[in-house]
Amino acid sequence: MLTIETINCFYGDFQALRDVSMHVPEGKIVSLLGPNAAGKSTTLRSISGIVRHRGGRIVFDGRPIGSRKPEDIVELGIAHVPEGRKLFSTLTVKENLEMGAYSRRAKPKVKANLEKVFALFPVLSERRNQVAGSLSGGEQQMCAIGRGLMADPRLLMIDEMSLGLSPILVQQMFALVKTIAASGVTILLVEQQVHHTMAIADLAFIMEKGHIVLAGPTREIAGHAHVKKAYLGM
Amino acid sequence: MELIIQVLVSGLLIGGVYALISVGLNLIFGVVRIINFAHGEVLMLAMYAAFWLNKLFGMDPYVSALLVLPALFLFGVLLQRVIVQPIQEASANMQIFATVALSLILQNLALIFWKGDFRTVQTSYAMSTLEVMNIIISVPRLIAFLVALASILLLYGFLKHTFLGKALRAIVEDNTVARLMGIKVDRLYLLAFGLGAAFTALGGILLIPFSSVYPMVGGPFTLIAFIVVVLGGLGSMSGTFLGGLFIGVVESFGGTYVSPALKEAIYFGIFILVLLVRPQGLFGKGKGTEEIGLK
Repeated sequence: MLTIETINCFYGDFQALRDVSMHVPEGKIVSLLGPNAAGKSTTLRSISGIVRHRGGRIVFDGRPIGSRKPEDIVELGIAHVPEGRKLFSTLTVKENLEMGAYSRRAKPKVKANLEKVFALFPVLSERRNQVAGSLSGGEQQMCAIGRGLMADPRLLMIDEMSLGLSPILVQQMFALVKTIAASGVTILLVEQQVHHTMAIADLAFIMEKGHIVLAGPTREIAGHAHVKKAYLGM
Repeated sequence: MELIIQVLVSGLLIGGVYALISVGLNLIFGVVRIINFAHGEVLMLAMYAAFWLNKLFGMDPYVSALLVLPALFLFGVLLQRVIVQPIQEASANMQIFATVALSLILQNLALIFWKGDFRTVQTSYAMSTLEVMNIIISVPRLIAFLVALASILLLYGFLKHTFLGKALRAIVEDNTVARLMGIKVDRLYLLAFGLGAAFTALGGILLIPFSSVYPMVGGPFTLIAFIVVVLGGLGSMSGTFLGGLFIGVVESFGGTYVSPALKEAIYFGIFILVLLVRPQGLFGKGKGTEEIGLK
């Protein structure tokens, strides 16, 4: 579904990505794991078009998307839930969700998708007229994912959804991601919560210092000596 | 006592127009994030347009709004597309150079074509007044205030309740995330700049029955609008409205009890005080003035 071929990415002189290649097959949960500042978020930002990559290509459904604008990429069915939620804090929960459906692709389905999101996150329905800035951390994360789903995506990319959430909430969120995946949405998950992520992901990519150092089915990756030592604390 | 109320009323009435012009700037500022020093020149062009339509065709200034507002809406769109968009990602200094240059060019073009004379529109109602409880109210100033108030309320409703308005507010908060939603940010920049220019132009139309137009007329209004936006807080329409009234009242009292010549010193005094004490603006919602390029 999504293929990244040897892309590089720079912030000024700093090279954030070095010849990164990845493949995200349709219908799978794919995880991108690694320490802070490894380039995971930059990879997502390159895919959604917020940052420009140099060299290589990004192909979605056979179409190169590397030079398109973010607002055009979302029309293809790629939604990006950014790190830190980034809700529109002065807009209400419902307005945030409506903005998620701004694209031509999603606008006609706004009612149906709103129902789906409220069914998935009932608390958002209760708080629909509250401004997003007044939500708790967990509710904000739900709203951010809900807003991503409102784009009617085929590929949903979620950046660090477990950051700052309580262990119980983290567990709930991973269960919800599994539910979303079961409804037919392909998931690309960037995480530092390695245990939880590996429990639900089909494929894992390990990224360090801008490189993909390991890639494969999660079970194989979890058994790898380096991963065991550096990520699983075994 | 009567004098104080009289001064207060005059201040509030002119403050409404200041609020209108500042709302225009706040829209451009909040959405497009450009520091538009040519804001007052939009006002100047609108005033000249109303003047010439009156002089050449005998058109009433209020009626001329039907032509002048759409024209300056398009002018704003054009400015955004041709001048601002190419430097959208450039440093704040670069943007300031561009808009200051634009302001100078427009002022000097006006000077070349229309001379430096003070021009006024003669209307039958320019001098008409109402008297309420010994307070004298100028009719064109009252009209200016009421129309300004109605337009600001209209804009507020648009931003609050329409899909497009919500998208503009989303851009004010975070234009990158707005793009991720599929919001055509560049197109809405055009809309915001056009609307901002049109609101300012309306300010010019409302002023022309009781004030003169000349090439440099815009300068003080640019200054006032900046101060009001800082007072009111970026993106806050209600704050901008109150900020406009506040500046109007301060000017009115300062002009009566201190000296009209010192009014700009008074503006700047308030400006500096607000920056020191409450940099997010009196009614701002957190981040604000630091983004105006004052950091």
